[in-house]
Amino acid sequence: MAINLNTTAKNTWCPGCGNFTILEALKRALGNLIEKGTRREDIVIFVGIGCHAKIVDFVGVNTFYGLHGRAVPAAIGAKLANPNLKVIICAGDGDSFDEGIAHLIYAAKRNVDITVLLHDNRVFALTTGQFTATTPKDFKGKSSPCGSPENPFNPMEVMINTGATFVARGYCAKLDHLTDLMVKAIQHKGFSFVEILQPCIAWLNTFPFYNERVYEIPAADLTDKEKALTKIKEWDYIKDAKISIGQFYQKDSPTFEEENARACDGEIETIADILEAKV
Amino acid sequence: MNEEYSILVGGAAGEGSRMAGLTIAKLLNQYGWRVSIYEDYQSLIKGGHSFSKIRATKKVNSAPKRSIDFLVALNKETLEKHKKDLDKDGIAIFDADNSEFEYGFGLSGKQVMEQFQIIPIMKNSAFIGAFAKTIGIEWEMVEKVFRKEIRKEIDKNLAVAKFGYDQADTLTKIEKLKNTPMPLITGNETTAMGAIKAGLQFYSAYPMTPATSILHFLADHKTDFKVDVFQAENEISVINSALGAASAGKRSMVGTSGGGMALMAEAVSFAAQGEIPVVLVNSQRPGPATGLPTYSGQSDLKFSLNIGHGDFVKILVAPGDADESFYLAGLAMNLAWKYQIPVLFLTDKNVSESTFSFDTGMISKINPIKESLWDGKGTYKRYLDTKSGISPMAFYGQKDALVRVTSYEHFEDGLTLEEEEDLIIKMNKKKERKFAAIQNEIEKLNPVKVYGNKNSKKAIIAWGYNKGLAKEVAENLNIKFIQPVIMQPFPVKAMQKALKGVNKLVLVESSAAGQLSDLLAQNGIKLNDKILSCTGRSFYLEDLQKEVEKKIK
Repeated sequence: MAINLNTTAKNTWCPGCGNFTILEALKRALGNLIEKGTRREDIVIFVGIGCHAKIVDFVGVNTFYGLHGRAVPAAIGAKLANPNLKVIICAGDGDSFDEGIAHLIYAAKRNVDITVLLHDNRVFALTTGQFTATTPKDFKGKSSPCGSPENPFNPMEVMINTGATFVARGYCAKLDHLTDLMVKAIQHKGFSFVEILQPCIAWLNTFPFYNERVYEIPAADLTDKEKALTKIKEWDYIKDAKISIGQFYQKDSPTFEEENARACDGEIETIADILEAKV
Repeated sequence: MNEEYSILVGGAAGEGSRMAGLTIAKLLNQYGWRVSIYEDYQSLIKGGHSFSKIRATKKVNSAPKRSIDFLVALNKETLEKHKKDLDKDGIAIFDADNSEFEYGFGLSGKQVMEQFQIIPIMKNSAFIGAFAKTIGIEWEMVEKVFRKEIRKEIDKNLAVAKFGYDQADTLTKIEKLKNTPMPLITGNETTAMGAIKAGLQFYSAYPMTPATSILHFLADHKTDFKVDVFQAENEISVINSALGAASAGKRSMVGTSGGGMALMAEAVSFAAQGEIPVVLVNSQRPGPATGLPTYSGQSDLKFSLNIGHGDFVKILVAPGDADESFYLAGLAMNLAWKYQIPVLFLTDKNVSESTFSFDTGMISKINPIKESLWDGKGTYKRYLDTKSGISPMAFYGQKDALVRVTSYEHFEDGLTLEEEEDLIIKMNKKKERKFAAIQNEIEKLNPVKVYGNKNSKKAIIAWGYNKGLAKEVAENLNIKFIQPVIMQPFPVKAMQKALKGVNKLVLVESSAAGQLSDLLAQNGIKLNDKILSCTGRSFYLEDLQKEVEKKIK
């Protein structure tokens, strides 16, 4: 790789954590974009709190290490403030589908031109193994010793149904495939969402499960939302099924930054004009 | 000749009493009178009872009176509710279709509507016309004000006003003063303008009374002042978006009331740790919880002083009228950026939504103060440990700068710091130096104002909207009035100076507990008494004066 995006931070993930390959894919994807002409200074990674969020300390670009669940609104603020920025959010399942799901849904609804990479390890890992919004039902953890009581979300289904204009799923064990999805997602103009299947070797080791079931879908027509939904629902995160990875959906749509910047009619007024009208 | 006038204009919500009140205030403004308007309305859209209380004096005032010289009643309820407050020489202008009253003039709303074929709200023009004639305002002035105020169907409105004008008799003759008319404007509007003057570029909010009109004003003028306005999905999104925008270099502000501010609490603490400048407007209404959503209060003081977990210093300013709203909003923005901290702008519904005569001299007092910026040399470190504690800023997108903003304890470059205890101490010391500088600076910013008889041993202490009332009471009783406008860090020296020689101190506050008393006690200042109100309504000048006389003698 031509550009060194490493940092001096000490890595504190568990050895064998799925985050390592996500980090590698992200660095490759960003390196690729920088080589193609994206200014390194224009890239900002936003995170909340969780194992996934530590990634910002290991990537040499601008970062915003925010509050649990609140990376998305901070990212929207920055994107509105400077639309030239390439805004990427590394989100956790607990972080963005539990704590901050309202923000995530609104970002998709608005079609803000940002990219959400969901590190979906399907468990609260940094707090030592409680169930999240995407944890399999009946999961036995410290807060659910008799089995978790809720069915999981299908993250891509939530996102496509709330307005995401780019929807994909990758697997952290498929590095090149994941890198390619990240590049495409970041290049997409509008709200892009990539769910990354990420086993948690400490609390929910799904490596064997995914390795047996994951398959890559071939490039297909990406504009048909119904077809995309059918494919997305092939595995419902509850029943056993084959698990497809790849890009499912993409649509061109005006972005929130463009829509929100719409100017009103009328002459430009100064403070003096406004005060004069108040006399 | 009256030295002052008090006018109440009331009706059901949706009947346009607020607009009618504003038009009447503008007529008096054109005659050189200094006007303030106090608004009372309920949390509903149609019906109920709402009113505007206008007070016109020869010098600027912001203190409503209980007694009324003119009662403009757009419906029967207004007349019934308020006639007891009419002065013995007072005059009512009312709807003759449903009301009767001995002193004044009844106008048939039905007749006006039928004759001019108008929607009900337009009959207000006839009431305004009748009022103008009653008080002896010339028709040309009515026409001038109408042409400026009313955009829709101006000719028809003027015809309706003339009808009311011609029917009424002139019962008194208002004096034409030599004063130049002033802009009549609300505290929320000048808050927005003060922030704009200090460089506001990003405003986010979720609608919440009584802060909403800041959002309305800025949405209306976003193109004029190049301000991004973001209506977010909730207050948590509001504050976090502002922190994101500030990290990209835009001067940001958020606005809400107590409940929304509670949702923002975690991010206030983040702004302190991440050293992200932001101004937070909290326009108070009485709590706890939803409380009285369209009324005013001062019961968020202790919450505002203590908002946010962890050890940090923020600044809290509290305006008492539109002039101070402008000035303090600008100051808040400048201080937030100078020190890279959250600044709380603690206002209240009565400052936010009352209309004041605004001193345009304020405008030149606020200009953006340039923040400390990175010189572009070497490797950028967002949290560089400097002598002042202030780290030069760079923003996302800036050439050669990698900017790491964080909610974690951190190294100078923004990477997460957990292990090295000596460095944790060092980074805390850096912030402490900044906090010490803030304490020094606020003492120089006129944080405590003194009015009335500055040598009196008797003093009232009040803040927020009660300023206007307390100031007038102190002047009338020849005692001192002390108003803290910067409450945090507590201006120890300025307060000591203001209290010099005072041996009787009475607090006036619109809360059940008298929250300022705790802050004063923490700083060794004891009150002799408190005058409190938890109704959400403003004190009235005469009532407050009587209370103060009783407690301070």
